Amino acid sequence: MSKKEWPLWEVFIRGQHGLNHRHVGSLHAPDAEMAINHARDVYTRRREGVSIWVVPSKDITASSPSEKGPLFDPAESKTYRHPTFFDIPDEVGKM
Amino acid sequence: MSEMPTNATADAAVTDQALQPAFFDWLCRMGDNALVLGHRTSEWCGHGPVLEEDIALANTALDLIGHTQMWLGLAGEVEGKGRDADALAYLRDAMKFRNFLLVELPRGDMAVTMMREFLFDAYHHLLLAWLSENSSSPRVSEIAAKALKEVSYHLDRASDIVVRLGDGTAESHRRMQDALDLLWPYTGEMFTSDEVDRAMVTAGIAPDLEMLRSKWEASVRDILEEATLKAPDPGGYAHLGGKQGRHTEHLGYILAEMQFLQRAYPGASW
Repeated sequence: MSKKEWPLWEVFIRGQHGLNHRHVGSLHAPDAEMAINHARDVYTRRREGVSIWVVPSKDITASSPSEKGPLFDPAESKTYRHPTFFDIPDEVGKM
Repeated sequence: MSEMPTNATADAAVTDQALQPAFFDWLCRMGDNALVLGHRTSEWCGHGPVLEEDIALANTALDLIGHTQMWLGLAGEVEGKGRDADALAYLRDAMKFRNFLLVELPRGDMAVTMMREFLFDAYHHLLLAWLSENSSSPRVSEIAAKALKEVSYHLDRASDIVVRLGDGTAESHRRMQDALDLLWPYTGEMFTSDEVDRAMVTAGIAPDLEMLRSKWEASVRDILEEATLKAPDPGGYAHLGGKQGRHTEHLGYILAEMQFLQRAYPGASW
């Protein structure tokens, strides 16, 4: 086996009661199938999950921290953008 | 490690005096295979080739130690002399251990480790599947059903790695073929019946080993073929004796390490 490092994968797990997959960490694996196996061993030992996604880290496009201001600041102080003024009937369930 | 279950499933086999010596021996075989392979696998903890494999091996070892607690716990009940799983694991001498020679061989490199796990898992999986479905002993079925889920994953993982390394680089292929040639003569013991096995078959507790052998050979051959590895001829020389307590020199070293604490400080716990 060559000394080259295996590529990095980001791991997302949907928990027992969760609705969404959540990012839980990353790991190294040579391909997707082994990344799933590794994720099972590294991140779900305590029955944390019911479903696993793995994504090659290189395929994730991230926003640049230096653009934080222009991207996020305008959203501040506009409370009307938060739907907190509506009464949601119980029957609707999780939003 | 374990305590006698207070609300255990009713099981006539557990208190059957005529069956007791063979049943106890057979349960020790189940427990000791899991214990010794679990210990061998745990030797990788902190030494794995990559972090992810290190954790996977440690998980496998823990699963096997968990199975040991269940099998040896039941063995202690069947024996009826007040020995629990701890007493059987930590205070028996090598001659009283009933594991296959296959599982006590040194861990070797990753090729030997994963090839051994694969060869054993393929047997273990077939055996547990039969026990969970068909065993006349409800307690045995219960334990087998619990262990089967974990062993299914062990077998998937080991098969995957055998194929990757066998059909990998020239070096990984050579190491896997060497591992296979080294371990193959130790696989015959899994399917060689003695009077204990025959008593278990008669009682309906465990399956006929010849039936397991043909299924094992078929499934192992498929994976080895995919891995581009050449299986030695079946029916060749088989190293025997572990099931009857005649072990290689390697088992003594494992027990020396594993049992030291309980021998030096009897009853120590934390």
